[in-house]
Amino acid sequence: MKKNLLQAPEGTVMLSTVDKFINWSRRSSLWYLLFATACCGIELMQTGASRYDLDRFGAVFRATPRQSDLMIVAGTITHKMAERVKRLYDQMPEPKYVIAMGSCANTGGPFYKDSYCVVKGVDLIIPVDVYVPGCPPRPEALIDGIIQLQKIIDSKKNFGEKA
Amino acid sequence: MTAREIYEVLREKFGEEVVTEFQEENVDPPAVVVATEKVAEVLTFLRDDPRTLFDSLMCLSGVDYEDRMEVVYHLHSMTHLHKVTVKVRTDRENPKVPTVEKVYPVASFHEREAYDLLGIVFEGHSDLRRILLPEDWPGHPLRKDYVYPDSYHGIKV
Repeated sequence: MKKNLLQAPEGTVMLSTVDKFINWSRRSSLWYLLFATACCGIELMQTGASRYDLDRFGAVFRATPRQSDLMIVAGTITHKMAERVKRLYDQMPEPKYVIAMGSCANTGGPFYKDSYCVVKGVDLIIPVDVYVPGCPPRPEALIDGIIQLQKIIDSKKNFGEKA
Repeated sequence: MTAREIYEVLREKFGEEVVTEFQEENVDPPAVVVATEKVAEVLTFLRDDPRTLFDSLMCLSGVDYEDRMEVVYHLHSMTHLHKVTVKVRTDRENPKVPTVEKVYPVASFHEREAYDLLGIVFEGHSDLRRILLPEDWPGHPLRKDYVYPDSYHGIKV
């Protein structure tokens, strides 16, 4: 047993920074809130299902904001819904991230002009980390958005001077 | 029965003062315009008479024509498989139409929608509140003269 350990190619000790370790654990367990308001939600379900299998990235859905790290805003946000979105976001524990999925969540999309009831972009209500374009985006696009978010998390500094 | 035959039946039953007009152009199925205050009676007759038996109110819509408001009832009979449109007109500034909730219970939600978006008041309705928009929304947004608010609860509209 002892001999085998010594033969491991990189030895028995790993050196890293605490930042890297924290970021690694955060980006590898992006539990997202089970939350969808329009047709983007169908693509979100598709992405989570077996063919595209979002679980590979450590992203599984949670049915409560209290256990979620990531909010994927999938669909049109109306003014009536805006308060609820804000409240759900506020209920999520830090650190929390937001992906705006699809044209409606990005800018209001097809409802941008002449709509009295649609919020013109979810970034008017809550801060957004990654915007995924598309109407609706294909699962590949959403997965790319999650990978981009993981890159953002990797670049974060948790100690010392913050940028 | 064709829509014209239904119109003749109504004309015979209620007379000229109540059943005022028959429209065939640009409306499908053809429409019968009736007096606003008699709409519940006319629809009850259409529902119960064995010749018509309109047991389904497919849709109830409000329309803003800038000089008047109209409420449009699309009826369908599951027995005879015929259709007809019934229209009533009302004043635009003070739109009031009697409710047909008692005739077709499904009209309840449709009337709330027409009230929400156009401001048509359905007299006698049991629960006339907004159904789609938030309760404190200003105005009725599908009216032609609606002015969009600048913001709602601090969010730009």
